[in-house]
Order: sequence, then C-alpha cells, then structure tokens
Amino acid sequence: MGRLEGKVALISGGGRGQGAAEAEFFANEGAKVVLGDLLDDEGRAVEERIKANGGDAAYIHLDVTQDSDWQQAVDLAESRYGKLDVLVNNAGIARFEGIEHTTEEQWEQVMAVNTTGVFLGTRKVIPAMRRAGGGSIVNISSIAGLVGRRFAGTAYTASKGAVRLITKSTAIQHAEDRIRCNSVHPGPVAYTDMQAGVAEDPERLARVTADIPLGKLATIQDIVYGVVFLASDESSHITGIELTIDGGTTAQ
Amino acid sequence: MGRLDGKVALISGGARGQGAREAEVFAAEGAKVVFGDILDQEGRAVEEQIKSAGGDAVYLHLDVTSDEDWQKAVDLAESRYGRLDVLINNAGIARSENVEDTTEELWERVMSINTTGVFLGTRRAIPAMRRAGGGSIINLSSVAGLVGRRWAGAAYSASKGAVRIFSKATAVQYAPDQIRCNSIHPGPIQTLMLGVTDDDPALMATRTAEIPLGRIGTVDDVASGALFLASDESSWITGIELTIDGGVTAQ
Repeated sequence: MGRLEGKVALISGGGRGQGAAEAEFFANEGAKVVLGDLLDDEGRAVEERIKANGGDAAYIHLDVTQDSDWQQAVDLAESRYGKLDVLVNNAGIARFEGIEHTTEEQWEQVMAVNTTGVFLGTRKVIPAMRRAGGGSIVNISSIAGLVGRRFAGTAYTASKGAVRLITKSTAIQHAEDRIRCNSVHPGPVAYTDMQAGVAEDPERLARVTADIPLGKLATIQDIVYGVVFLASDESSHITGIELTIDGGTTAQ
Repeated sequence: MGRLDGKVALISGGARGQGAREAEVFAAEGAKVVFGDILDQEGRAVEEQIKSAGGDAVYLHLDVTSDEDWQKAVDLAESRYGRLDVLINNAGIARSENVEDTTEELWERVMSINTTGVFLGTRRAIPAMRRAGGGSIINLSSVAGLVGRRWAGAAYSASKGAVRIFSKATAVQYAPDQIRCNSIHPGPIQTLMLGVTDDDPALMATRTAEIPLGRIGTVDDVASGALFLASDESSWITGIELTIDGGVTAQ
C-alpha cells in the first residue's frame, strides 16, 4: 500500500531534477501524477519512465507564468484522473546576482516564475481541491526564503520569501476547505541546475558545504521525502509550516 | 519493509497516550523499541500489546529526572538490541498556572521533567549513538515552545522553549557525529495530559475554535511526524522545528 494511494497530484517543473524525482516517487507511492514543464522532451521522457515502472502519469506543457496553462493542467487532472488532491509548486529558477547587479528584467523574470507562478497555480487548484473535499499544496521555497544568504541572489531571495508567506496566508484562508498549504525550505542540493557543477568542483564544494553542519550537500531524494510527507495524510494536521531541509544550516 | 527496519529506539513516557502510540507505530515500522515510564503497569501492558502484534519491544522503569535510570535504559538498548539509533524525549507534564500562581516547587517540578529530563536523556544517548555511527534525537516541545499561549502555564512554556533551543544546540554540536536532533511542536492533542476529551464538549469547542483546521490533534498526527524524523527519510534534517498544530502558529 503506497503512502499516496488514491491521490492525484500536479507537479510543476517536473521535466527534470527535483520535480522529475518527485513525480517518480509520487507514482511509486501510488499517486496518479500530472507533471508539467517547459521542457517537453524531458517531461515526456519522465512520463514514459513512470509508465515503464508501472506507474500512472501524464505530461503536459506548463509555463507556470501562464494562467491558461495552469487551467489546462488542472483540467487534465480532473478529466483523466477524476480529481486533484495535491499540488507541488516545484518550478523555479535561480539567479545569483546581488542587488546592485540585478536588472529590472532579471527581477521581473525571477519573481514571475518563482512567485507569480506559485500564485497562479494555487489560485487554479483551490476550486478543484474544494471539489475533492480538501487537498495539500506544497510550495518549494528555500532557506533563502528564511534568512539572508551570501550566495543567493537578491531577486531569488525576495521571491522565496514571498512564497513563505503566501503559503501561510493560503493555509489560514483555506483551512476551512480542508486545504493544507506548507512550504519546503531546502539548503543547497547537489546535482540540480541550481548548483550546477558544484559537486564536481572541489573548491566550490568545500565553500558551499563549509556552513552546513551535517557536512554535505543534500541529495534530491532528501527533499522528495519531505514533499511526500507533506503531500500524504500522515501530515493531515500540518498546515502553514516551514519544513526546513538544510543539514542544520539555519539552526546556527 | 518497514520505514524503521534495523533501528533501535528509546522512548520516554511510553506507557500511555502519545508515547505509547509512538512505541506501537515504531515497532510496526520495524524498529526494536525500548520504552520507559514511571507507570510500570501501563508500560508492561503496552509491551504485551506490541509483542502480541508481532513487534519487538521492552519496557523498563524510567524516571526521566534520574540519570541512573537513563543509564539503565541506554544499557538495555545496547545489551538487548546491540545499539541505539533513535531517542524520543517524549515524557512531559502539563501545568496551566500563569506566572503569579506558579510556586517555586511547581516551577522546579515542571522544569525538571520537561527540560532536565531532555538534557539527561540526550547526554546519555549521545555516546551510544556515536558508537552506532550516528542517530536521531527527537524532542517533544509544544507550540507553547514557539509562542505565548493563553492556556499554557508559565513553567510549561518556559520548559518547552528551553527544549526548542536545546535541540538546536545539540543539532549543531553533534552534526559531525551524524547525530541529528529536531523538535516537534504539537498544538493541543487529545490526550489525558491535555485534559481535553470528548467528555467535555464545551472545553473541546473552546480549544478547537482557535485551530484553523478545526480539530484537536491526535496522537497519530504526532507519531507520524516522529516517525518521519526518526527514519532515514529525514537524514538531511537537523535542528528544525516540526510544527504539528493544525495551523495555529501560522496565523
């Protein structure tokens, strides 16, 4: 019996990296998964992998800044699988520029993907989750959404801080609909775009791990386990929290 | 395949309520469980229940304010099961007196069980976990360890606040030993300790009114969080507060 048996989940940014791992693990735990991304070839490959492993998943093109794309994704979940129980707002982009080097265009792009994307996805899923009798929204923020970070860009930090509080606002305002909403705050994760090349560069790796008490970068799976916990009914009394997965970085 | 297969866990306050549920869930997920309490009869009954359900568990008398009792508990884990991987500092008492009505005796009693008990258990478990190559310590705090609460006593709040930061200090100081330490912060949970039961609908309604999800928590809600933090699923999580409160502190 899977931990997500009977649930239908929608995951943004599911074409590769953390989002793809979430989609595969969710399917393994019994969920039916709609995954969206801008990267159609990669997304379809994830769908095929899941199906080859006996899971049930459907890929759809999803630009998280497009309200109409979100509508199609939610419609697909309901038409193909009958309902929507879980949304993982996973899509995001990282920029490392400090404030003096952040152009208006960069600012707008980061805020559009990381923050407006979460807003649009959440707005679209709430009616569907209400029809399903409740649901769980998991927003991927960052430790840069909790504290200032030397190596996190200004726009990225602002966007992830906004996600932290839209999460709490959604949790409070939709608790009566039995819709839960929580944020996940990873520290640096190896082998994703966000930390491209770090694991292969000893000097950068030493610099990034120096302030992590557990002494290593996260794996994608470390984050996925937290997301599964928040998506499942194991966390049915948890809403509005920040689940920090950072090797102890922000406990210092 | 259980989520705690191969692990040995020590749970304080395991004779009833939340601690008993944790012991049952952990055993069902494959852990070998040593659990202690000062309620010996209830504790032995829980041990029998777990064994008859096919689990492996052993009860021993454990007054969390006694360093000697903690030593015996850790010794039992290592002698009977070969190691210690997980400690749940679950034992605690609730008192609701505000500061003006809190006597020195009451203050000392709450602090000694809720806070000194966590200190003593953690101090004893660390060498054993180092021998095991790492471990996970889970300290039961409260939402009263995060924010001021109308219904939580002064001593109780202080004791749970101390547990919150004690957890972070332990997490940061023992990360090089691969010993993780996290705190759990439940809101009101339906147990004898809270004194809120179905028998008292008026009190239930008052306490439920402030919870966004509209219900009092259950021992299963807390046990699920403890299970997550005890398992290797959370192996990159240390020094965090896992709040399980139906949204109370998100407001």
